[in-house]
Amino acid sequence: MHRLVLQGIGKRYGRLRALQGVEAQVESGEVLVVAGRNGSGKSTLLRIIAGLTRPSSGTVLLYENGRILPPEERRCRIGLVAVDVALYGELSAWENLAFLARVRGRPLSPMEAQQLLASVGLAGREDDLVSTYSSGMRQRLKYACALLHQPPVLLLDEPSANLDAAGAQMVERILAQQRERGLVVLATNDPREVAWGDRVIRLGEESL
Amino acid sequence: MVWKRWADVGKWVLGGWMVAVLLGAFLLDARRLGTLGQGARIIFFHIPTAWVTVLALAVSSVYSIRYLVWRGQADDRHAVHSAGLGILFCLLATVTGSIFARITWGAFWNWDPRETTIFVLLLFYAAYFALRAAVSDEETRAALSAAYNVLGLVVVPFLVFVAPRLPGLAGLHPEPIVNVRGELDMDPWALLVFLAALAGFTGIYLWTFHLANRIGLAEQRLNVLEERDGRPVDR
Amino acid sequence: MSGAKQQLQAAWAICGKDLRAEFRTRYALSAIGLFALTTLTVVSFAVGPLFLEADLLSALLWVILFFAAMAGLSRTFVHEEEARTAPALRLAAPPVAVYLGKGLFNLVLLLLLEALIVPLFIAMMGLRVGNPGLFLLVLLLGDAGLAGVTTIVAAMVAQASARGALFTVLSFPLLLPLLIQCIEGARAALAGQSTATAAASLGVLVAYAVATGTASVMLFPAIWTEM
Repeated sequence: MHRLVLQGIGKRYGRLRALQGVEAQVESGEVLVVAGRNGSGKSTLLRIIAGLTRPSSGTVLLYENGRILPPEERRCRIGLVAVDVALYGELSAWENLAFLARVRGRPLSPMEAQQLLASVGLAGREDDLVSTYSSGMRQRLKYACALLHQPPVLLLDEPSANLDAAGAQMVERILAQQRERGLVVLATNDPREVAWGDRVIRLGEESL
Repeated sequence: MVWKRWADVGKWVLGGWMVAVLLGAFLLDARRLGTLGQGARIIFFHIPTAWVTVLALAVSSVYSIRYLVWRGQADDRHAVHSAGLGILFCLLATVTGSIFARITWGAFWNWDPRETTIFVLLLFYAAYFALRAAVSDEETRAALSAAYNVLGLVVVPFLVFVAPRLPGLAGLHPEPIVNVRGELDMDPWALLVFLAALAGFTGIYLWTFHLANRIGLAEQRLNVLEERDGRPVDR
Repeated sequence: MSGAKQQLQAAWAICGKDLRAEFRTRYALSAIGLFALTTLTVVSFAVGPLFLEADLLSALLWVILFFAAMAGLSRTFVHEEEARTAPALRLAAPPVAVYLGKGLFNLVLLLLLEALIVPLFIAMMGLRVGNPGLFLLVLLLGDAGLAGVTTIVAAMVAQASARGALFTVLSFPLLLPLLIQCIEGARAALAGQSTATAAASLGVLVAYAVATGTASVMLFPAIWTEM
């Protein structure tokens, strides 16, 4: 059972205030949607939750069965899919997966990798270099990479970016599976995706 | 704010003190400084500035370590201010040393071990500021430069230890103060002026450091105000 | 979740990944190799028929190695940032493993560089190496220190904007004591000094590698995570 708590999250870049006073809670089985226009700080918030960016103020707390996880353990529980987080183009899909899995301390067998790739619709393309992939295929591979360690917390920044209709269906399927395993935080400005959320917070519309 | 009271009173004492030091440095009979002639007066300026360089850089490193542990923005400011003063005094020490070298041995630069050390320190702190200039995000800048500062701290002992091993030139630095037997071997009046100069330059460093920190703090408060009110403050 | 064994395995995986990617693109290897070859050619041409003492030759060798290192050793981190793969790595890997893995990668690059350049240098300069064992030892220990420092500096440079000369500017003051000692050690080896006599020099090289390596391992998380 996991619970993610955001307390008073703020982020400043010099004089520019990207985020201010963001509060939210999500639990296992739920989807939190972070909505807002472009530039409202959605991606920044996701990065803060992932531990990639340090907030200027506030705290991110991840509870596992009532215990607060320290940052190093939090890192291991998170999977992130974002448009500006890329994969290794010089490596094949299989090599990307194998590498990330090994580095996380959970090596993947070739069969597991094949299953994973098949589940994101990339069966048969595992030995091609990612630099030869289309943007849609890369997005699918990002999902595979984010899910290989079965993270209880899944962070999705613009989930359907670069995906066709079949891809969008894959996303919905992944969301359903993730609800059983843990929670999802999803950043989007697509109203259709906003509808997927059990809770919604909107950025960029607070008055200062 | 105790420091502020001390500084406001102290600066007058410091001013008077340094006037006395200057008078002493130039009025003292040069023969009391050994056989090096009028040029020997430079030790009243060269050695204190070299000492302050080391002090400033050590202080800067301490604040850098503090920043890495506690991530306090004030520590980063203090580290930068001290480093800035360090580089200034380093320049002074290098130039005074170079002048003395020209007068005494005929060449401005010789790659004598201590000359090398002070030059590398100059390079290091120039690099420190280059790093700071190259990073736009405040927190990243502070963390990266603090880490670089600590790396420099780790490397300095090797510099001091290794520089004398440069093949070729033996050390040119004379030993008018502590001679071969390790005793203090200086004329008492000269020693008096020297120690006074040492204290005086240290005082200048401390006072300037204090001023820089006060300005930094004021800037920081103005920044906070500007942000809260949402409009620029007239500086 | 990250025991020491797992960290080492992750470091090994990272080194392996970098090597695999490098052998496919050969970007850093080309930069380093071509630079070193060019410099060596220029030096050899400039020196020509002049007879140079061991002092100067050992200094020249390390100058070539240093600048070749500057040409390519920052790539391991800069490429991750430019290709936008760094966040994935940050999320997946323990920080110390990243430093160790990429430090090892840079060490391999240095060893490959030397395997190319040192024999060429010896041949083109007509060197007689008095004590080959010592010469090799100085190279290896020097490489350890060089790799350790350049890796953490590369991580810093990767997060800065004006990257071009910054890597050299930052590395040089830190590496100078190492270079001085390596030149001295190489000189002793060329002159045929016994390894026992040079023990003090070797000791300094080991101490440098250990001190800077330890400091780097402790400092690395502060500059790699959560920016």
